[in-house]
Amino acid sequence: MNKSRTFVLIAALWLVLPVACMTQTAQAQTASPTPAPAGTQTPDPQNDRLVKIEQQIADAKSSADNAWMLTSSALVLMMTGPGLALFYGGLVRKKNVLATMMQSFAMMAIVTTTWAIFGYTLAFGDGGSFIGGLHNLFLKGVGAAPDTAYAATIPAQTFMVYQLMFAIITPALITGAFAERMKFSAMAAFMVLWSIVVYSPMAHMVWGKNGLLNASLGGRFPTLDFAGGTVVHITSGVSALVCALYMGKRVGYPKQNMPPHSVVLSFIGACLLWVGWFGFNAGSALGAGSLATSAFVATHFAAATAALGWGAAEWFRNGKPSALGAISGAVAGLVAITPAAGFVGPMSALAIGLIAGVFCYFMVAKVKARFGYDDTLDAFGVHGAGGTIGALLTGLFANSMVNPMFKDAKGNTMASGWLEGNAHQMLNQLVGVVIAWVLAAVGTIVILKLVDMTIGLRVSEEEEIQGLDLSQHGEEGYYYEVST
Amino acid sequence: MTKVEAVIRTSKLDAVKDALHEIGVEGMTVLEVRGHGRQKGHTEFYRGQEYTVDLIPKTKVELVLADVMVEKAVQAISVAARTGKIGDGKIFLSRVDDVIRIRNEERGEGAL
Repeated sequence: MNKSRTFVLIAALWLVLPVACMTQTAQAQTASPTPAPAGTQTPDPQNDRLVKIEQQIADAKSSADNAWMLTSSALVLMMTGPGLALFYGGLVRKKNVLATMMQSFAMMAIVTTTWAIFGYTLAFGDGGSFIGGLHNLFLKGVGAAPDTAYAATIPAQTFMVYQLMFAIITPALITGAFAERMKFSAMAAFMVLWSIVVYSPMAHMVWGKNGLLNASLGGRFPTLDFAGGTVVHITSGVSALVCALYMGKRVGYPKQNMPPHSVVLSFIGACLLWVGWFGFNAGSALGAGSLATSAFVATHFAAATAALGWGAAEWFRNGKPSALGAISGAVAGLVAITPAAGFVGPMSALAIGLIAGVFCYFMVAKVKARFGYDDTLDAFGVHGAGGTIGALLTGLFANSMVNPMFKDAKGNTMASGWLEGNAHQMLNQLVGVVIAWVLAAVGTIVILKLVDMTIGLRVSEEEEIQGLDLSQHGEEGYYYEVST
Repeated sequence: MTKVEAVIRTSKLDAVKDALHEIGVEGMTVLEVRGHGRQKGHTEFYRGQEYTVDLIPKTKVELVLADVMVEKAVQAISVAARTGKIGDGKIFLSRVDDVIRIRNEERGEGAL
């Protein structure tokens, strides 16, 4: 215990010192760009005025886009806390409510710190096909000037903080798989490593410059992933499955009844997720234009039909549509529309949601029971399954009328998805899905082994029965006094 | 003196209370309880997982009465709490040796 404490202190010092030194260099590079008017020999008042007006128009657009992107960043953070924290917190037994919420909240603190130091540059720095380089270590060069390769109208710092919110929620999603039985210390170590080994490379491959799967910046296998179907949901969902399999079942599962202690909390959480998802998907337009609107509409529509789909499947099988089923369905639909949001029209979104709602119900209610793994809060059944089906359906439904992604040599727009005539896109989607599955599975197994050998993954049986709130944090979520 | 313990449907508490007041019963203790007799529990589904809940929420009314009142009270409770379906509950009677009023240590039936 003492040893690890000293280690943490030293590590913290080691990290803080260089940051302090770097800050000045970073600020020096944040000067706002003013494009120099080209070839002006003689003073020409008319031309000067035009240049000035052009600059003002550019500034106005930049302000509008920046306003939406900062709002979106805040919305995506809201998805983790309180959204996911409440959604997951309500689903566990009451002795684990704080520990479960704390696992999500911890990501807000831990990943923010690692993102600032090395996470961002590994994901979005200039680099190879698989991972970013170290040019933006300690956020060097990430300032007010836009990074035109990613988003030409917003400060690079806005882009960085927006992407950070994705990096926070992705590992938080995994915590659903090992809820109610993992040591807090092991969870924290696992997540730091996971961000480096799985998240940053996957984000780089799909969205980073020169990324292997990047559809807009010349990737070898252009995979359409608008807001993170592969990067966020497949990686977290598959890693969740691996965690559930590796760590084993909770004490008493599945013989003992373990119903959610408060579907009410989960309900509030799911509704916050739905609202936050507008930032997640419509924000992924990286601007406030019509593409953001289109993604917003698609997101909302898919959530609606997915809630209907899951609810109907439940109604049909159990005789009643449950509140938990409706909200789980909505989340599944939001997951599935994530890769497609900026590429499909509203009717396709309705279809994607409906398919995802029914499919994820089947994965959670039937497949999990058949194989008997204890994916406690169905992180795989919702995010892994929903992300995979969403990524494939994106290849089916993507339409160049919504978002012209591919151009031929002459600059003419080409078909995006299979229904439009580009069957080959299904193959590219499949490549993206397979890479995400393999990276997540292999990376997670290696990290789990490492953490298991050093810290140990599970709490003792006694601590598990006592509950993680008391055993890991020394407090209780609900403290009832006998009298006041 | 006799203790009357009636386990009844929660929805019948008001009817039972009124019926007891009508025959002149002045005090009672009411508890929220869980349990089961012949009535089997119900099933709940959470994401397709079926849970059987076999301890059903019920209400328990406790009275201690002078012996002359007991049959009248049993009748009142039975009539008021009855629906005729399984799950209407049960009434238990047992002897009580003594009663003490805490305020003035009065004992016996006078303390009821």
